[in-house]
Amino acid sequence: MNNRVVITGLGVTSPNAVGIPAFTQAIKNGVSGIRFFKALEDLHFSCCVGGIPTISEELKLQYLSPLQLKNFNSNGILYGCIAGIDAWKDAGLSINESADADWDSGTVFGTGSPAVEKLRESFYKIAAGNVKTLGSTAVSQTMASGISAYLGGILGLGNLVTTNSSACCTGTEAILMGFERIQSGKAKRMLVGGCSDDGPYIWGGFDAMKVMAYKYNNTPEKASRPMSATAAGFVPGSGAGALLLESLSSATERGAKIYGEVLGGAMNAGGQRGTGSMTAPNNEAVQRCIKGAVENAGIDPAEIDLINGHLTATTKDAAEINNWSAALNRKENNFPYIHSLKGMTGHCLGAAGAVESVAAVLGLHEGFIFPSVNCEDIHPDIAAIINAEKIPQKLIETNTLQVIAKASFGFGDVNSCIIFKKYNA
Amino acid sequence: MSTTELIEKLKVIVKPYVKNEEGFKNMTEESDFLNDLKINSANLVDVILDIETEFDIIIDNESMEKMLNVKAAIEIITTKLGEK
Repeated sequence: MNNRVVITGLGVTSPNAVGIPAFTQAIKNGVSGIRFFKALEDLHFSCCVGGIPTISEELKLQYLSPLQLKNFNSNGILYGCIAGIDAWKDAGLSINESADADWDSGTVFGTGSPAVEKLRESFYKIAAGNVKTLGSTAVSQTMASGISAYLGGILGLGNLVTTNSSACCTGTEAILMGFERIQSGKAKRMLVGGCSDDGPYIWGGFDAMKVMAYKYNNTPEKASRPMSATAAGFVPGSGAGALLLESLSSATERGAKIYGEVLGGAMNAGGQRGTGSMTAPNNEAVQRCIKGAVENAGIDPAEIDLINGHLTATTKDAAEINNWSAALNRKENNFPYIHSLKGMTGHCLGAAGAVESVAAVLGLHEGFIFPSVNCEDIHPDIAAIINAEKIPQKLIETNTLQVIAKASFGFGDVNSCIIFKKYNA
Repeated sequence: MSTTELIEKLKVIVKPYVKNEEGFKNMTEESDFLNDLKINSANLVDVILDIETEFDIIIDNESMEKMLNVKAAIEIITTKLGEK
């Protein structure tokens, strides 16, 4: 018998807000976290707007010690630690001060490309013959598993402590990996999520590919336009999202607050065959992933009230809508509500699925559907598949929200889809 | 520079890395970085980098290996300062 898995804690470091209370307000009000960055313009980027969480020095010190912050230059780890520690505490758990590890708790915390700024700083020192001056933390700050290693040490985790990486699928995949571990009884609690670094050295490759929006440098808040006819590529973002997943028995034993349930999900890949390539999804694989998630969750596709899409604001948005429609066999007026958080946050890459899942779970718990901003001009290819009113332009408050499907798709032709449900004992 | 002055300067340098406040308060020439001050062994390289910056000296690998306590640190710093 599989364990039921519930969400008992949330944390977020988002371009438009840091911390759950501020983030809840921000997404309800459609607040944009996208700004213009002169540094990008100076480096001749086509896209000079992006989303970077605002973190004060005081806030950093609430999560990392002065010693940990010495020579620290790894934003993704900072964002992940803030979100991860917040989720842990939000679940009513205390920081493990004992000499023993917590053998029942672990983490799967992902990242796309870790610590590019720290790597750059280190490479310059090495190239100048000053390898000695790297200090003792260049490895822990730049290793792929840096974020899970930091969180594991701070919280004293003694179960699986690892980092996954699957491009823009990373955050969603981490949630499902933690879910499966609890479901199968190998852990009681898993801190899951994803984080992403920011700045020119991580975003440059995307700028060179001409997949980022370059027409909105003067109007940053309008730049990220998922599902819009005037969408012109994605806007880069960064941050972290974290969920504390827990077996239902452990949560009820502790009397923990329950935000919602992870009913199931699916992960697959398109093999870069068919319509798939390194950078484009195999549509058949996407549809199989969505169908697989529905099946794994044991629900009927008609039960889905809302889709929290991947929807990055590229030309692939219409293909994504078509895939949802085909996989669920629902269209036009029968299609569920669908929205994209990326209009407010940009595309947070390795953190995207995690930040967006936090938004989904908050909506499920509090009963709201955040507005899908910047798509007042719905793309005609999308309007041909679903009714325009299925894309909320304004906040909807509702007590009937029961099931949300969340999917992420990433370079390498990889897919993940999760089914969240309101918790009913 | 006197030994007392050097110890005072060293105290400022090691402070961020110290895990044993009691040992730090009572830090003398006889104090051991790992056992008395409970500095994480990985952080010893950071202490040495900070010493290099503070005194504008270069500490070679052989000297680094010996720098496990206040006494050895003072001897090495004094020698390197004398070579300048």
